[in-house]
Amino acid sequence: MKVHIRGGRLIDPANKTDANLDLFIEDGKVVAQGDAPKGFVADQLIDAEGQIVCPGFVDLQAHLREPGFTQKGNIGSESAAAAAGGVTTLCCPPTTLPVMDSVAVVQLVQERAAEVGLTRVLPLAALTKGLEGEQLSNMVSLKEAGCVALSNARKPIKSNQTLLRCLEYLATYDLLMFVQPQDYELSKNGCAHDGQMATVLGLPGIPEAAETLDLARYLLLAEQTGARLHVGQLSTAHSLQMIADARSRGVKVTADVAIHHLLLTDENLENYDSAYHLIPPLRGTRDREGLLKVLEEGGIQALCSDHQPQDAAAKDAPFSATEPGMTGLQTLLPLSLRLVEQGRVSLNQMIALLTRGPAEVLGIERGQLGVGAEADVCIFAPEQLWTLNEETCVSKGLNTPYMNSTLKGRVNYTLLAGRVVFQAEQAH
Amino acid sequence: MNQHTDAVKLQLTEEGQLRHFLTTEGLSRELLTEILNTANSFADMSAQAVKKVPLLRGKTVVNLFFENSTRTRSTFELAAKRLSADVLNLDISTSATSKGESLKDTLRNLEAMASDMFVVRHPDSGAPHFIAQHVTPNVAIINAGDGQHAHPTQAMLDMLTIRRHKGDFSELKVAIVGDILHSRVARSQIYALNTLGAAEVRVIGPKTLLPHHIESLGAKVYYDLAAGLQDVDVVIMLRLQTERMVSAFLPSQGEFYKLYGLTRERLAGAKPDAIVMHPGPINRGVEIESEVADGAQSLILKQVGYGIATRMAVMSMAMSGQATQAAAG
Repeated sequence: MKVHIRGGRLIDPANKTDANLDLFIEDGKVVAQGDAPKGFVADQLIDAEGQIVCPGFVDLQAHLREPGFTQKGNIGSESAAAAAGGVTTLCCPPTTLPVMDSVAVVQLVQERAAEVGLTRVLPLAALTKGLEGEQLSNMVSLKEAGCVALSNARKPIKSNQTLLRCLEYLATYDLLMFVQPQDYELSKNGCAHDGQMATVLGLPGIPEAAETLDLARYLLLAEQTGARLHVGQLSTAHSLQMIADARSRGVKVTADVAIHHLLLTDENLENYDSAYHLIPPLRGTRDREGLLKVLEEGGIQALCSDHQPQDAAAKDAPFSATEPGMTGLQTLLPLSLRLVEQGRVSLNQMIALLTRGPAEVLGIERGQLGVGAEADVCIFAPEQLWTLNEETCVSKGLNTPYMNSTLKGRVNYTLLAGRVVFQAEQAH
Repeated sequence: MNQHTDAVKLQLTEEGQLRHFLTTEGLSRELLTEILNTANSFADMSAQAVKKVPLLRGKTVVNLFFENSTRTRSTFELAAKRLSADVLNLDISTSATSKGESLKDTLRNLEAMASDMFVVRHPDSGAPHFIAQHVTPNVAIINAGDGQHAHPTQAMLDMLTIRRHKGDFSELKVAIVGDILHSRVARSQIYALNTLGAAEVRVIGPKTLLPHHIESLGAKVYYDLAAGLQDVDVVIMLRLQTERMVSAFLPSQGEFYKLYGLTRERLAGAKPDAIVMHPGPINRGVEIESEVADGAQSLILKQVGYGIATRMAVMSMAMSGQATQAAAG
């Protein structure tokens, strides 16, 4: 199978490419940029005139809900949502049922994902058995089974002794841990940022310290043990400053932020709209500004969707009784483009934050389109408007505050190893 | 902070009449005054031999209590009966409705009984708001207390108490003392007092019992009781739940009483004609001295009577708002 992507603007930050170059794909790999290789006869010609051609996005946090929560989503539906969002590689957390703490569950997820074949699914295995924060999981076996990193999701590891041993064990085998810092006690009943809006609405708050306090022990113990950490979905600028300090001391740590934390604040909660019930909570304007400043300074390695599809009933209740999270794979690109429009980052930087940045966090050879690379490609029209609604939303979860909004920036094609896995309706 | 226009819109008809009563936040001074005027006339009426009026005749009021409160429920029940409504009391344990799915199902079932008004108490902040958003048109929702958010009828009966005993709000300094953090009453009082033009609203308590950013709602924060009571016209004491000690909000009842208990001596620092209020039930010797609770300046028992009048006012106004809306729509 040979594919010729014609007439697009190729942006590939990993290879410092930004030029009007055609892309030639053969047997799932990039074989040339610009001019066709000798004797290349395309089986498929894709017209990318006026569009951006870039590496498929790498999303560091997307819940697929299978096994265990298939009323919310499954590997099929959410892989399709990923393809529709230009996401060709994603990391799924271990919060499945049963928990992804065994090779069997990891294999199940991988087999289902391969069968569906719409996106690459990299499992994040449970750091502790049952995510209970007590016994170490079989980390090496899980890694050998294909897990890209280990994570205890947002389940507490209450004992610092246990945490120290987890990190020592990780460090022994140079395994990566994904951390979502959240102090158990400071956050256990909370559902909103501990600010003015929570006081007005009478919602139990989650203070900034719930994140920074937990992060502090991770950073200190990583410094002591040499363990590698990736800290995900941060909500406060203070956390990123702590990470920058740790990095300057040589701690091996990277960070990502969910795109909606850069665009929304707790003021959105004013009507008790459960679509804005997120964990970590949307914080104040000052926090959002702080995150954006760190982003501009290059202190954030990746943007992620933190995709969390929910069934209707899970969101249809008084705010604090609803389940947190929003569906986000299809809005990852249009929302990221808002940062470009707001002048926070350049288009090239934005693409880097969705491709090379997260690929480097994981240490995988994705997120780039140099000759010889796997041809995972996203082709999008940055100015094209489209509406996210029940029909266009591919995910099973319709839980997003952007439902029924007009969004700017549309994915028209997604290719996975040279195969078209998504094609927008009017792009036929 | 912006006005919460959606919330305000939700509880008013297009003409600005009350159709639900969810919060005192964002309501105009005119509307709050209308509630007080109406409540005032009901309060006078309850002294007469014939206590019933036919304003809600043929209407069904459901007291939907997801949290126990015999006192509040009784006053709502009495208020509805004095308005000639049929009353159904439903106590629903929250364990049966831990999912919103079943809260909505509960609602659908009750609507099938052709109810006209739900009086809702719920442990989750925003629950009456949620119900108002999902209820069929022409059913009025009255918030009888939601989580730590609002308790607007309690706040309005306190406003009525103040007005009947102090008159004009514009000269008044009001202090609210104690567990502000867990108090939905305090939040509703702060909004109502500010809208009605009170000269100053103070909240007094330790940091563990004060919500962050409470000053943004229009209250001045005091940690010291003597300083906070200086020259006030109205002292509102809040009930201290004893479980606050277990969850480490306070060291002991003794230390709380020592620092924030209202004694005759402390009350002497307020204006000589200051009035003392408490939403009840009172803990004698925990937040208030018996001699003060039963003293000449205390209006605690009067508040209970005003509670019925205020609830009658809000219920009749919301029902009439719903009728206007239905006629228009």
